[in-house]
Amino acid sequence: MKEVFELVGIVSYGTYIPRYRIKAEDIARIWGENADVIKGGLGVLEKSVPDLDEDTATISVEAAREAVRRAGINPKNIGAIFVGSESHPYAVKPTATIVGEALDVGNDFFAADLEFACKAGTAGIQNCMAMVEAGMIKYGLAIGSDTSQGAPGDPLEYSAAAGGAAFLVGNDGVIAEIEHTCSFTSDTPDFWRREGRPYPSHGGRFTGQPAYFRHVVSAAKMLMEETGLKPEDFNYAVFHQPNGKFPVRAARMLGFSKEQIEQGLVVRYVGNTYSGSSLLGFAAILDVAKPGDRILLVSFGSGAGSDAFSITVTDAIENLNRNPGVWDKISKKVYIDYGTYAKFRRKIRMR
Amino acid sequence: MLPRFWRKIRYRYDLIGTRCNTCGRNYYPPRNFCPVCRRRSSIEEVQLSGYGTVLSYSIVHDTPVGLKMEKPYVVALIQLDEGPIITSQLACEPEEVHDGMRVKAVFRKYGEDGEDGIIYYGTKFIPAEEA
Ligand SMILES: [Zn+2]
Repeated sequence: MKEVFELVGIVSYGTYIPRYRIKAEDIARIWGENADVIKGGLGVLEKSVPDLDEDTATISVEAAREAVRRAGINPKNIGAIFVGSESHPYAVKPTATIVGEALDVGNDFFAADLEFACKAGTAGIQNCMAMVEAGMIKYGLAIGSDTSQGAPGDPLEYSAAAGGAAFLVGNDGVIAEIEHTCSFTSDTPDFWRREGRPYPSHGGRFTGQPAYFRHVVSAAKMLMEETGLKPEDFNYAVFHQPNGKFPVRAARMLGFSKEQIEQGLVVRYVGNTYSGSSLLGFAAILDVAKPGDRILLVSFGSGAGSDAFSITVTDAIENLNRNPGVWDKISKKVYIDYGTYAKFRRKIRMR
Repeated sequence: MLPRFWRKIRYRYDLIGTRCNTCGRNYYPPRNFCPVCRRRSSIEEVQLSGYGTVLSYSIVHDTPVGLKMEKPYVVALIQLDEGPIITSQLACEPEEVHDGMRVKAVFRKYGEDGEDGIIYYGTKFIPAEEA
């Protein structure tokens, strides 16, 4: 083992999913596609849609407020805020400043917006961990949140969704200890968005094998090698969920069972929440986890990289109010049609 | 607009009001003087719970230009559980709202100064889970 971080981990967590959903059928109808083929191929049945007045900042604030409220800590003790997203409301002006103000954290805190496609939220957890470990802060807040879009008619339109999760990291009142983390990173152009462009571009099939699978599998294997852990040592596993197929195949490639990934597989009903994706799945697992359970968390960010974590739940989790859970929030929904969706996502431009 | 908004950002982002310790009344927006106790006022900041009840409401169909995309929307007179009565946008379907409805505060976008301008955030309300 390279290094083990003792006593540092998740103190509390919160999540946010907008209430609106659009079904794959309603998108397929507009583009003259076969909904059953799409649903079968992508493994996404419906996805969340943010309201006109919701964005990455509002989602981040709501998730973070839930995390702080559950922990019952004084927000002034939060020493760092990192918001990971690829849909920050401003190109220049950090979302973390808005979150800090809305949480009444004060002015004495480290802050930055992080960007690494869909893995910027887990990168924030690593930063907070290191700062707690170094004694620089008491608590750090790491948030992964997005309201990402696909161009109209692009296959991404069936999956690009909105949601976020916030994690309070510290070494006091830890409900889930982060035993180890590592990252696998390479220069891989699978998916990108140039400055000032509204929609991302992607390398089509190139996003699979050399991008998602190579990084997710390598990071998970690296973590298991460094810790000496095997798939059967984990009660749960959660992988980044760009669609309903990739995480299932990655689990199979690594030797994890359907049972280990089922609880965290939220993508079928919320879509790909980008920076929120693996973290919402992880939160759904924490919702039901028992003391002693071990969880494997592997994120993926295009460009490309994966962060892997081995996390063990402590006795303290039983004292944390975990309601409403992620699956409760997924089931609380209002369906909208494509016209309303196009308006909400500002695909219709006003003059 | 910008400096005026910025000075009050703390009270728009969160429901931080004031309480008069002499008579126990809560105020939002915050006041530094209790109109009941006057010179005997003893004011301190208080974090309000964010829960309240709809007293009355209207559905707005004729909107300012900047809110055209949002219409129709609901504006409600809400009594917070701590006492203060405020007017706020209620983010829900027009057919959902009713007098006596329980609501809770959320953080939402108020609007923006066009595509190049600042984005304004603040407190709105949504339906609260009925027990
Ligand atoms: Zn008074």
